[in-house]
Amino acid sequence: MREHATGPARLLVVDDNKVNRLLLTRSLELQGHRVATAENGRVALEMLRRESFDLLLLDMEMPEMDGFQVLEQMAGDLQLRDLPVIVTSSLEGIANVVRCIELGAEDYLPKPVNPVLLKARLGASLEKKRLRDQQKEWMRRFATREVAQDLQVSGFALGGKRVHGAVMFTDIRGFTTLAETQPPEETIELLNTYYTLMFDSIASYGGVVTMMAGDGLMAVFGAPLPLRDPCAGAVRTALEMIETIELFNLERVAADKPQIRIGIGIASGEMVAGYTGTNERATYTCIGDTVNLASRLEAHTKAAARTILIDGATRAALGDRVQVEQLGPVPIRGKMEPVEVFSVNLGQKL
Amino acid sequence: MSEPTIDRAIYDELKEAAGAEFVIELVDTFLTEAPSMLDELRHSFAAHDADVFRRTAHSLKSNANTFGAHALGALAKELELGGLAPVVATDGQSIEALAQEYARVAAALKELRNA
Repeated sequence: MREHATGPARLLVVDDNKVNRLLLTRSLELQGHRVATAENGRVALEMLRRESFDLLLLDMEMPEMDGFQVLEQMAGDLQLRDLPVIVTSSLEGIANVVRCIELGAEDYLPKPVNPVLLKARLGASLEKKRLRDQQKEWMRRFATREVAQDLQVSGFALGGKRVHGAVMFTDIRGFTTLAETQPPEETIELLNTYYTLMFDSIASYGGVVTMMAGDGLMAVFGAPLPLRDPCAGAVRTALEMIETIELFNLERVAADKPQIRIGIGIASGEMVAGYTGTNERATYTCIGDTVNLASRLEAHTKAAARTILIDGATRAALGDRVQVEQLGPVPIRGKMEPVEVFSVNLGQKL
Repeated sequence: MSEPTIDRAIYDELKEAAGAEFVIELVDTFLTEAPSMLDELRHSFAAHDADVFRRTAHSLKSNANTFGAHALGALAKELELGGLAPVVATDGQSIEALAQEYARVAAALKELRNA
């Protein structure tokens, strides 16, 4: 990612004609950019897939693979679809220009290319690319890869869709007390380490973190992308998290720091997944009874003095694959009837 | 012919924007490449290869316009848009007319290059 759009950019010039290639390269180099060239579309795509460029200047009429085919291939390639393309051509007919734009070209400059116009259009395109890169970077940092990809593929729209999946809530036991007994810097560091470890477990079983609040985490298995076995993913994650916390605690004891304990609640079933908020600020989340139940189960781990609690639906989905202790019907806040709750035996492999 | 072979305003603009030395290199490249483009026009005409014919005429047009060779550019554009049929009708005469104009352009460019 470039710091400034006006700084040097790495550009690829694609043109089958040598005079055009030389002249365009010269113009761009005089503007301070670094330029590589390709003599047809096939060579250009190979270079684009091998090296990283900020922008492509593309001729249309070329042997082997013409500019239209390059644009089509780029549109279908997640890695290349956001690379800005300026078409430089002396194509006859407005229909061809329209076709370039429809295929995703950012701009069209007729040949011979006017250097002043070139500089202006190039600056605008690079600036737009910089903003897009920044957005992607933010997205990567604040959303998970799956959510970011779902956004890239499906676009952003408020509103949800019904999905079947498993929801997991986790919480650090006695976190408030812990936070009060140590300097805030240490608490932040503890949380960062904790989140890093937990995110890793969640992601490795196909889960997506949808919420972080203080020491609490919510993760969903089965959205935005469906999972074949969301309940197994959630329970495996929970078991791995507990193992990881135990290792983490060994380090903490060695460093003379208090150990941490976590509680996990898992429920599965239908829920509504999607983006909520406003068009300016939105978050990917899941809502519904299943989500509420998972949250209640997590809260209940303390009263039940157990580490991982799951609901009847999750238990049923896993059958004999999971060893559990039946805790019987438990009254849960927000539920008319007491619900069947199971505690997952620790240390087992699913 | 009232129109000059090379439009000096465009040629000078090119020199100003890209640098005199670079334009000499560019002219030399064009003078090296253009004869094979003319051959390509003749071959693709003989072989009835409409794609190569159109693409080559397009390339010549684009280079001619770069140097301000308007007449050559116009002839090349006619071939690009007209395709093979009109060339067949004149038995290849339109290609030869373009080749003659190219000879004038080449002479003028050599003169400008050495000036």
